[in-house]
Amino acid sequence: MTYDERLQNVSVLGSAGKMGSGILLLTAVEMADRSLLPENKGKTFVLNAIDVSDEGLAGLMNYLKVQVRKIAEKKTVWLRKMYADREDLIENFDIIDEYIFTVLNIVRPTTALEAAYKSNIVFEAVNENRALKVKLFSQIKENNPNDVWFFTNTSSVPIHLIDEEAGLDGKVIGFHFYNPPAVQRLVELIKTDNTKPEVVEFALEYAKNLKKVIVHSNDFAGFIGNGHFMRDGLHGIKEAEKLSSEKNIPLTQAIYMINKVTQDYLIRPMGIFQLMDYVGIDVMQFILNVMNPFVKNEDLHSTLLDTMMEQGVKGGQYSSGAQKDGFFKYEKGKPVAVWDIDKKEYVDIESFKNDADNMLGNIPDSAVAWKSTLRMKNKEEVFTRFFNDLKQSNTLGAEIAIRYGKRSKEIAEKLVSDNVAKNTDDVNTVMLTGFYHAYGPVNNYFD
Amino acid sequence: MTAGYNTVSLGTGRKEFNPKKPRPGIEHYIKEAGQGVLKQIGGAKNVDESVIGNFMAPRFNKQGHLDGFIPMIDKGLSMKPAVRVEGACASGGLALVTGIRHILAETSDVVLTIGFEVQNTVKAIYGADILALAGWFKKRKKGHAYFFPGQFSDRAGAYYEKYGYERTRKGMARWYANAIENARLDPTAQEYHNSNPDPYGTALKMQPNGKNFVDHLTVLDCSKVSDGASGIAICSEEGLKRIGIDKKDAVEVIGFGHAVRDITSDPTDLTELETIKFAAHQALENAGITIDQVGTVETHDCFSIAGILAVEALGLAAKGEGADYVADGKTGRNGEIPFNTTGGLIGWGHPTGGTGVHQGVTIWQQLTGNAGDAQITIDENRPYGLTINMGGDDVTVTSIVFKRG
Repeated sequence: MTYDERLQNVSVLGSAGKMGSGILLLTAVEMADRSLLPENKGKTFVLNAIDVSDEGLAGLMNYLKVQVRKIAEKKTVWLRKMYADREDLIENFDIIDEYIFTVLNIVRPTTALEAAYKSNIVFEAVNENRALKVKLFSQIKENNPNDVWFFTNTSSVPIHLIDEEAGLDGKVIGFHFYNPPAVQRLVELIKTDNTKPEVVEFALEYAKNLKKVIVHSNDFAGFIGNGHFMRDGLHGIKEAEKLSSEKNIPLTQAIYMINKVTQDYLIRPMGIFQLMDYVGIDVMQFILNVMNPFVKNEDLHSTLLDTMMEQGVKGGQYSSGAQKDGFFKYEKGKPVAVWDIDKKEYVDIESFKNDADNMLGNIPDSAVAWKSTLRMKNKEEVFTRFFNDLKQSNTLGAEIAIRYGKRSKEIAEKLVSDNVAKNTDDVNTVMLTGFYHAYGPVNNYFD
Repeated sequence: MTAGYNTVSLGTGRKEFNPKKPRPGIEHYIKEAGQGVLKQIGGAKNVDESVIGNFMAPRFNKQGHLDGFIPMIDKGLSMKPAVRVEGACASGGLALVTGIRHILAETSDVVLTIGFEVQNTVKAIYGADILALAGWFKKRKKGHAYFFPGQFSDRAGAYYEKYGYERTRKGMARWYANAIENARLDPTAQEYHNSNPDPYGTALKMQPNGKNFVDHLTVLDCSKVSDGASGIAICSEEGLKRIGIDKKDAVEVIGFGHAVRDITSDPTDLTELETIKFAAHQALENAGITIDQVGTVETHDCFSIAGILAVEALGLAAKGEGADYVADGKTGRNGEIPFNTTGGLIGWGHPTGGTGVHQGVTIWQQLTGNAGDAQITIDENRPYGLTINMGGDDVTVTSIVFKRG
């Protein structure tokens, strides 16, 4: 079966979710583009958008309509060539509209899992729940007469366990997109000792067509991305707890301070507590629970997260993409208050901001905002100067930042020594392209 | 002509431009330009009739029947004649020659003339559809997604092939740099805030890439997508007296040319702008002067290659030598004959239906000493100013010769 033949019938499970909708969009566009090639004229391509929520699927179709238009607007020159024989399509406007229809016409939204019984490829982006993934895969495997291949977007469950428990006979691969899939260029590819070479070959071609950067991760719970992020997040929590007890300040203030240091002093796109909110405290909790049984000499667990979950403060995002409240309460996407686990209410940042900022001390003048580094050509020079200044400045903020930078490097190096990542470059690539860090965790800035 | 007024040319480049935020509509621009003129000529009571030039408000703004907006400028214009003219990007120039003809026909002594376009209502990819209506629709299907850049890319490609790529690109880069340097001197220009220390180097370095855009032009070779309007009063001598403006504060129309080429036929020679050549010579002949008596030119540089071809069409350089002429700085503000002294379509902006009027306003400013920081010195032996306004691919052209009154 050729690449195109295999793509003629695909299903995405959990397609109305945050990750699933992005995967569905990218796959629908790839299938539509293949269908426009002269050699594929007249062939039918079907993409089943499967989800438990009818409401979610309706939202998905709206999302697709908007996103496909944006995509079409960027490749109108190519589309005009593809529709050259359509005399009725003259203006860019006509061409773009037709392309949107071409893409949407491939997508079949449904709540029935049976739709996947005819597919050649099944993408899975359901909850980070091993039993659920295994149940869905085995049911499809049992009822699908084709040689069906499974692509799981799990960010933590070892692939070989899914393979064994669902009886997939090596026809499964970890294909882990980053959030949001339509924007983030990184895909972690995880094959097991058992994964069939033809599945890997297809995955690589598909990733290439989607213009993704592939990093191979070994099949170890959490892989590279969460292997780093979970430990980095737990370090942030520990730092906040330590700061609170050592300086005798409320935990809320300490959380604000650590968040500020990790954003401004470490030049990251967002502070660590905001990132945990973005990912979702519940998702983080799921992932830690999946990972913890597999790690030795380490306890990947936080009672603070347990408490947050018990109190129903979970973060994550609304289907509109807006941030839900978590550690922080957000107004127009910006943190304005911190959750107090004792009082069970939000405390305004303004009420302690001055004290907190004074405690951290002044940030060196050579500091740069993360956003300004995106197109910077002499990044290394700028970072070296700033982090050197940071090392010279005798402030609490600098001390926490340097300790953080060192810990981040240690985590990355451990991923290599534990044989999760092949080398430190791969870890850096994951953090640079999947987390949009301005520099990789393995560097000499903090030594 | 007198009492010129330009709104800001709004679009990418201006600091206040944010594509995601709501912007003023056509009403704002028509009103600002119209009132800007009326203030200088003693109010609407002095106006006999009005002409408004616009290309495609029916699609950019879903608005037709544009002459109906004239009385909105001032109640005093109500119950007076007004007419809308359209000739693609030459709509502004058509508004001027229409006004001139009203004066010559002695049906009016004071004509309020306005040109405008508000284009940032749609993304560039759809704007390209709308601008393509300046071509023959039957050619649209085979044309480029960016139809007009595609047309002039073909012209640039033919010029490269005939006369050499490197030297042409040097001329085009210099054309761009002149546009930016001039625009920085006019606060209403779209590139007024441009702070690139080396626009020439930037333009020379950037190579055309057909994968992202068109084969033979870069985005810096193109005019801007703009929202803007310009207005000016066209008066007889009687009219000038009525509004109380001294002749020396006005420019006299010495001659004009106006010609149209068949839109359904292809240009005979891609490296020549034959209609511009015809209309500009008609204007010079009508004025009884030669090009060496002209002190400054406002030409229609919708693309840098069109600027170079206009230099050749005017006879300032032989065919194939226009690029060198420009590269040598002869069209710069301190050169032999300064072109587009407030930035032209690439630097000041190109609100399509407004451009022709803007050109007239710039010439009026320069010849009467009203150009502010952009002022050039007009040699008394070469006291004439010339405008060239083009619609479509060298299809409709108006050209006017001016002299200080």
